[in-house]
Amino acid sequence: MPSTALQKPLLALLLVAAIAFPVIAANDYYIYVMSLAYIMAIAAVGLNLILGYTGQLNLAHAGFMAIGAYTVGILTVDYGVPYWIAFVIAGFLSAFIGVFAGLLSLRLKGHFFSIFTLCVGFIIYLIIEKWDALTHGTVGIIDIPAPTGIGPLRFDHTWSQYYLVLFFLVASLWLMSRIVHSLLGRAFVAIRNSEDLAETLGISLMRTKVLAFVLSTFYAGMAGALYAGFVRFIGPGMALESHTFDMIAFILVGGIGTLFGPLLGAILLTWLTQSLQFLQDYRMIIFGPLLILLVMYFPQGLIGYYRERQIKRAAASVQDRRLQRAVLGSGQEARTNA
Amino acid sequence: MLEIQGLTKRFGGLTAVRDVTTSFERGRINAIIGPNGAGKTTFFNLVSGSHRPTAGRIVFDGQDVTGLRPDQVARLGVARTFQSTHLFDQATVLDNLIVGHRLRTSSTFWDVIFNTQRLKEDERSCRAKAKEVLNFVGLSSVAHHRAADISQEERKRVAFALALATDPKIVLLDEPAGGVNPEETLGLAELIRKMVRSGLTVCLIEHKMDMIMSLADKIVVLDHGEMIAEGTPAQIRSDQRVIEAYLGADYAAA
Repeated sequence: MPSTALQKPLLALLLVAAIAFPVIAANDYYIYVMSLAYIMAIAAVGLNLILGYTGQLNLAHAGFMAIGAYTVGILTVDYGVPYWIAFVIAGFLSAFIGVFAGLLSLRLKGHFFSIFTLCVGFIIYLIIEKWDALTHGTVGIIDIPAPTGIGPLRFDHTWSQYYLVLFFLVASLWLMSRIVHSLLGRAFVAIRNSEDLAETLGISLMRTKVLAFVLSTFYAGMAGALYAGFVRFIGPGMALESHTFDMIAFILVGGIGTLFGPLLGAILLTWLTQSLQFLQDYRMIIFGPLLILLVMYFPQGLIGYYRERQIKRAAASVQDRRLQRAVLGSGQEARTNA
Repeated sequence: MLEIQGLTKRFGGLTAVRDVTTSFERGRINAIIGPNGAGKTTFFNLVSGSHRPTAGRIVFDGQDVTGLRPDQVARLGVARTFQSTHLFDQATVLDNLIVGHRLRTSSTFWDVIFNTQRLKEDERSCRAKAKEVLNFVGLSSVAHHRAADISQEERKRVAFALALATDPKIVLLDEPAGGVNPEETLGLAELIRKMVRSGLTVCLIEHKMDMIMSLADKIVVLDHGEMIAEGTPAQIRSDQRVIEAYLGADYAAA
């Protein structure tokens, strides 16, 4: 699988831009929106591992994000657990539940897997909504404490929270980059490509798919935990499949199976939604056709399109060089013959 | 090398393979022929572990492999190709091949997280293997082409290369010359001979009789899931049942 072909200078530039953003924007609301986009991007990066790289459409992803958020909400508000301990537990609890959900649902393939996970997501939603004693039911959990400071760092202001979220975003992407560019990542892509072929190449389907699934739920749990500490109010609605579909839209727009696709999609669509706010529900009239056009003309998403062009160009230049050599070679031959 | 004993596969009321007993010797080219729907591909699916047999035993290299999963069978040294080759079209040919050697490596998820020496070692060996097998099938020149841009015959060769990257002892080829022209078919036949010369055992399904007759050491004929004949090309050519079921009187006369 080709590397994401974003060169180091470009990456450095992006990072500098992200760090400078609060200074340039100088508007708490913009910083808030951007932080939310980053949190959704972390969740989408995780979903992209199982959907984009491994080819399994998991529709319960928002459910796992909700598990992470509720773990933090319940532990901090009802049990007085410090935020960071709850944060770590949130990631691992989501992954732990992911192991069982994965083992069960990955016995099914293709559409059947998707439909099954749709049900898993809805079950998570129902449990959150109905189990009043534990989850506060439809009321949701309010007044979740902001992340507590670490040493001299304080996370009680939008600015500092922005940098906290940015830190986790960079860490998520870095870790994901390691995974997808390794032999393990190649095994994921082989499964997406053809399960039958991957299996005859000695790749254990169940083990590899469950690993991808659990990793993606770990990302969802972390994103949920960040969300809880950032928005500080959560309700059962966040487990609904419509949020999974939002993340799928991020992935499709940015580039399915690309490292930065989910991030690009999350940022673009979040700001598009913001700027179309004045249209209220009518914004779907603009949103829908845009998405259709994108899927028609850029089926690989924006980064996917860019990457495909690069590979094509590289292949063409290899062919050009060979052609030139052939022409030069025959020219020399002609000369020696003369 | 590969012993098949009373192999049977039933799908509901349909018996796709019925009580087949045969054996394939090491270092030979074995062919399975028969009309469409005779159970040839099902036979491959049983040997490679994709289907679990209803009855019978499969012994590979002295080890009973009946009922093992495809990835386990692959680890023991059984590789196969499919009628249509699924490549990742957006990636280069070389990139497609690197994963083929993954089963001979041992790095785990934690090696990936900590980017250990073992992982780097494994990635080097997989890349080296990919180049080696690409060279073996004569495709080094298209290593950096997009898989989408190569010809049908080159795709077939990439499929061979992918199978070879698993370091197999036996290679099952499902219609290796399907959809390629006669000239290219000769080239693929030569490649199959080269594989055997390098110490492999080959078992192939094919409809191109000229190719089979000149290539195979042993032919097994299936019809409606049953083995109706086995033997050398000369024996098969003159077998009355095979002529009736598959070859036709014309071919026998020729």
